[in-house]
Amino acid sequence: MPIEVLMPALSPTMEEGTLARWLIEEGDSVSAGDVIAEIETDKATMEVEAVDEGIVGRLAVAEGTEGVKVNAVIAWLLEEGEDASAIDAAAAAAPAAAAPARPADEGAAESAAESPAIPTAVAVPAAAAPAAPAPAAEAVYAGETKEVTVREALRDAMAEEMRRDERVFLMGEEVAEYQGAYKVSQGLLDEFGADRVIDTPITEHGFAGLGTGAAFAGLRPVVEFMTFNFAMQAVDHIINSAAKTRYMSGGQVAAPIVFRGPNGAAARVAAQHSQEFSSWYAHCPGLKVVAPWSAADAKGLLKAAIRDDDPVVFLENEILYGRSGEAPTDPEHIVPIGRANVVREGADVTIVSFSLMMETALTAAEMLENDGIAAEVIDLRTIRPLDAATVVASVKKTNRLVSVEEGWPFAGIGAELCAVAMEQAFDDLDAPVARVCGADVPMPYAANLEKLALPDAERVVQAARAVCYAG
Amino acid sequence: MPSDAAAETGSATRDDLLSHYRAMLLIRRFEEKAGQLYGMGLIGGFCHLYIGQEAVVTGMQAAIRDGDSVITAYRDHGHMLACGMDPKGVMAELTGRVGGYSKGKGGSMHMFSLEERFYGGHGIVGAQVPLGTGVAFAHKYSGDGGVCLTYFGDGAANQGQVYESFNMAELWDLPVVYVIENNKYGMGTSVERASSTTDLHQRGAAHGIPGEAVDGMDVLAVREAGEKAVAHARNGDGPFILEMVTYRYRGHSMSDPAKYRSREEVQKMREERDPIERVKAMLAADGAAEDELKEIDREIRAIVNNAAEFAQNSPEPDPAELYTDVLAA
Repeated sequence: MPIEVLMPALSPTMEEGTLARWLIEEGDSVSAGDVIAEIETDKATMEVEAVDEGIVGRLAVAEGTEGVKVNAVIAWLLEEGEDASAIDAAAAAAPAAAAPARPADEGAAESAAESPAIPTAVAVPAAAAPAAPAPAAEAVYAGETKEVTVREALRDAMAEEMRRDERVFLMGEEVAEYQGAYKVSQGLLDEFGADRVIDTPITEHGFAGLGTGAAFAGLRPVVEFMTFNFAMQAVDHIINSAAKTRYMSGGQVAAPIVFRGPNGAAARVAAQHSQEFSSWYAHCPGLKVVAPWSAADAKGLLKAAIRDDDPVVFLENEILYGRSGEAPTDPEHIVPIGRANVVREGADVTIVSFSLMMETALTAAEMLENDGIAAEVIDLRTIRPLDAATVVASVKKTNRLVSVEEGWPFAGIGAELCAVAMEQAFDDLDAPVARVCGADVPMPYAANLEKLALPDAERVVQAARAVCYAG
Repeated sequence: MPSDAAAETGSATRDDLLSHYRAMLLIRRFEEKAGQLYGMGLIGGFCHLYIGQEAVVTGMQAAIRDGDSVITAYRDHGHMLACGMDPKGVMAELTGRVGGYSKGKGGSMHMFSLEERFYGGHGIVGAQVPLGTGVAFAHKYSGDGGVCLTYFGDGAANQGQVYESFNMAELWDLPVVYVIENNKYGMGTSVERASSTTDLHQRGAAHGIPGEAVDGMDVLAVREAGEKAVAHARNGDGPFILEMVTYRYRGHSMSDPAKYRSREEVQKMREERDPIERVKAMLAADGAAEDELKEIDREIRAIVNNAAEFAQNSPEPDPAELYTDVLAA
């Protein structure tokens, strides 16, 4: 059988081109890799190399021909013992040349949007994706508890998981000999040694990537960022390497890693050290994002994150480190990722918050109670996967929703809650959802301006009164 | 007839040479076929061919053993074939079909095989360097005696994360061999135009990491240097840098018209330095019959044709696959 040489595409979008020059003649013998022609488009010139060996039997397209369609036969190669008559026979037997062989041709990207098989999020919101699997039920804990700080709760969570699983190790800046920049890893070096509690150089990009590679290879790293502000240096590995690899490998390679550290504004450290990153990470499929408030949740959720087979961004808060609460002592008790917690019940308005802003939300709820408004306060605890069901159930009861977050308003967690309420509880809303967010500015240093930039209970009260039409 | 002693070429036996010849030819033919399928529109997106650089992965693969691991960037087809991954699965990934290593969801730049300890296939320049350093960390942590070959190009050699990795690897004596494939061009920019110093094997000097430049067009030289570097890493002496001086015949990707270098430059490399022709000539000098080599050519061609056929006949992934493998099931 004579071998067809087809007009190649230079790029996925090329449909036709000019056959600028032949570098072979009929009768020449060619081997794989020989340059046989030059083709041109308006953007580029490129050489065509032979893929097979043989004798050039016929040049089907003359030099200088414009508008040669991709995949048209441009020449025939003869195998040993064949003559040109075989070409006529083959040409007669073959269907018209230039029939598009490609299943995914140039138009595929555009037409995919209209394909019924792949609905876009715009055309079919929510329905396009299968319902997220329900998170594990949260066991009611009836065992022993102990009063600990959030700082100690996080440390205990790591220690318990390191005792349980030798693959778990902690790395980060000052986590070992200094005992943690915020003393979260206090005592871990003594118990687990320098092979498992590892001080890193100040190179977030490098050690986040190193941790992710170790996770690919079967370990369970806990990577501490001194604060999440510095994780911006490492964001490529958190998203491109950790979050996407399971998908890109067709399910073959997992990245069971926890990226943890304090997130959000501390006090008077200005713009580069005061930022709330929930919505940045929650935007990305392949990541789980957790932001606990209470000591018990900090412990239970960090343990769940370390046991999780997917990458988890675990957002702590420096101001909360010193807060205390009762936490379970049973090392097997975990708090499942993906479940919100109704911290305070009420019938008039739902206030949804997480992390440090839970304090603000609860203070506001008490102030509202004095006004005769019963606020239900929900702690999201996990940002992604978002427990929309708990939020929606509450909104169906109160018909009003206020979100409270420290982060910026644009495309923030409050914006996502607005979408949830509109898509899943539209007919239950008696007022537009109100968002209380951090001011849409880089964090100022001046004490009075910083205070103005952060949500406070008074603003939450105002928002709640507004959605209750309480003036 | 050559004596048995004459069948030895340096430390390489004729069987070694035949094995290298076969491995390199498989990559060459596979890549030519990939280029052809790309030209037919069966492969989309970016497609970075390895033609010209075959001796690097072939020699390095001969220097490692079972249990060692490999990671590289996006010019990765050769590495996967050298690791022993199935050409059918690689080609079907290129065509975006369900029979591909990533079920068609990764494409040319994102393929993995835990079975062969191949950790990708990474599309972000330089990102595989800390990742590979982390794989090496896992070898050391678990004490399995493995070494990770971490490949990157001359372009990536200027990335900051490479030096962050060098620092930690030497600090912690990680069993990693950094293989810099210096093919002279980072996309269209020559090494001279992108790098303040062009002796890339010396880039670890500031961290105390030994390095060596190697003729990356000579599979035996690669193998010999590779064995030394791997032994260093396996011994607990920390990382080693090998700069493979090599050349890619094709453009950066399929859609690169390669106007930044002359045809004569490419032609000269092909004619004078081709790694496959070099081994072929050694085999011929060694008395290998032409028929024997032709038989290998035929076998390789059949493997590649089967791969191409499989890659075209394997179905596209089911639309339901859109939402799988995002998180653990």
